[in-house]
Amino acid sequence: MNHWIAVPIVLPAMMAPLIVLAMRHDLLMQRVFSAAASFALLAVAVALTLRAAGAPPELYQLGNWQAPFGIVLVLDRLSALMLLLTSLLAVAVTLYAIGSGWDKRGRHFHALFQFQLMGINGAFLTGDVFNLFVFFEVLLIASYGLMLHGGGAARLKAGVQYVVINLAGSTLFLIAVGTIYAVTGTLNMADLAVKVPLVPAGDQALLRVGALLLLVVFAVKAALVPIHFWLPGTYANAPAPVAALFAIMTKVGAYSIIRVFTLVFGGEDAWLAADWLLPAALVTLVVGNLGILGATALTRLICFSVIGSMGTLLTAVALFTPAATVAALFYLIHSTFAGAALFLVNGLIVERRGSAGDRLVTAPRLAANGGLLAALFFLAAIGMAGMPPLTGFLGKLMVLDSARDSASMITIWTVILITSLISIVGFARAGSLIFWKSAGVPGPAGTAATEARHAAPHSGLPIAAAGAMLAAMVALTVFAGPVTGYLEATADGLYDRGAYIRAVLGADAGIVR
Amino acid sequence: MEFLVASGVGAMTAAGVYLLLRGRTFPVIIGLALLSYAINVFLFATGRLVINRPPVIAADAAGYTDPLPQALVLTAIVISFGMTALIVVLALRAYLEAGSDAVDTEEATVEPAASHDTRPGLPRDGDAA
Repeated sequence: MNHWIAVPIVLPAMMAPLIVLAMRHDLLMQRVFSAAASFALLAVAVALTLRAAGAPPELYQLGNWQAPFGIVLVLDRLSALMLLLTSLLAVAVTLYAIGSGWDKRGRHFHALFQFQLMGINGAFLTGDVFNLFVFFEVLLIASYGLMLHGGGAARLKAGVQYVVINLAGSTLFLIAVGTIYAVTGTLNMADLAVKVPLVPAGDQALLRVGALLLLVVFAVKAALVPIHFWLPGTYANAPAPVAALFAIMTKVGAYSIIRVFTLVFGGEDAWLAADWLLPAALVTLVVGNLGILGATALTRLICFSVIGSMGTLLTAVALFTPAATVAALFYLIHSTFAGAALFLVNGLIVERRGSAGDRLVTAPRLAANGGLLAALFFLAAIGMAGMPPLTGFLGKLMVLDSARDSASMITIWTVILITSLISIVGFARAGSLIFWKSAGVPGPAGTAATEARHAAPHSGLPIAAAGAMLAAMVALTVFAGPVTGYLEATADGLYDRGAYIRAVLGADAGIVR
Repeated sequence: MEFLVASGVGAMTAAGVYLLLRGRTFPVIIGLALLSYAINVFLFATGRLVINRPPVIAADAAGYTDPLPQALVLTAIVISFGMTALIVVLALRAYLEAGSDAVDTEEATVEPAASHDTRPGLPRDGDAA
């Protein structure tokens, strides 16, 4: 067994208690260790991705218990890709939190951050549905702490809402897991994939209930309409670096949908999710982009753009063809970077606008770095809206192209193209209000400037972190060819389930189409 | 026995969902607790209801009761207990800071109505602390 597979979970799981117990009072040490852990995680993720790229799925049996009985971790191309994405984001967010001083505004930021990484990495690596639930809880409970970081009445109230929604979601998750277990007698994903087609006709209805409940649970995480209401309130009230990290949280939902509904309920049962997912995703796309147009504050505008991007992503997922899955995964990478970049840039802008905060009103010009931030915002916005030349355009193009053979091609094309236009208008309005129209407004610039410099003593690091996310988008555009090649292999692995099942259960596992 | 367990789960779930939809934190928390009780019993029953059977396979036993749901329930109990403790503290903090225990965050998330207003208002908490 290759023990490196467990490292992305074990490393943050050891680092977080170490930070809490040994360096509670020493912020410098916390920062050094947290940043070092994030960079180490990135290195491990790169190595694992390189390893997964050229090999069949790899199994890690925790405690060396045999596959359907013990808990397994599985490293395949998809989980390696998600790990890499998480660790890239983690590095940028850590640096931003350190540079902007967000980690000083409350206690235990870095410890919670590492716990959150542990939960996210675990959710990507696990090969067991109940274990997925446990890692969801780990990442959620850390996210509660992070979301409330810094305190304040508005944040606490939004936090209560967020926690209640997710507790209700966890309850549904348990009902789904229980139903599936009652019908199949297993919770190992590969074992489920073998046993689901063998379920007797009388139990099929129960199994479908379980599967669709799972879809609802993942849809809550992915902020799919009609269960997206928690997202704007939560992300808008979360600290900027935390909101940027949460860009990967909606993708955990999307990842789970892709994993469970290709592997476990794949084959002839794929319709199960597709029938519900496609309309919901299209409505999500519309609602998100209307929200962009209707938002009166920049943070909420970005929140709605994240909802809109989840709509595009899940539209591609819902097609359940290899080509569409390639498009979905490409768009997933892009929207993670774009969402994170927008939240980070937004945090920098808000700090420099004094009392105007994030409201979309004309206000005295930014206290510092106005031009640079305007350029960063512009780049992130055209990425998110899907304008050339950045990845948003390529991603949407791939989604549209993969929908060409679909029965609902006309609907998908119409909705995606019109909503893209809406989001361009929305972002253009916000950008021109904040940067262009505000440029001529006289104001107490002197006081605002000194105030802002007080608030953000080191502006270099946060700007570099936000820039790194944009650089990642540019790199993704430049290397779109090799990346797409990797994603095609990933999608083939998802739809040819045999390799995954053989990796987990051994070569003589039940034959599945 | 099946009928008893099933109606117990049903009644607790119904009460839990009803309370969850209230607008104040206290009933919501009680509702979540009831829901998690219902789920625990439900999970327990997913291994089929059997009495007087060993949980592991023994040579002389006529059958066995599935031990896995019991492990799942144990995990679920620990997690839901921790989460309930967290949300009780959180709700209390929110009540003390905001002076209201409404779950609805309308006033917290609604933006100032006049968007052309350039008066320096209070910065929203999430952004310019």
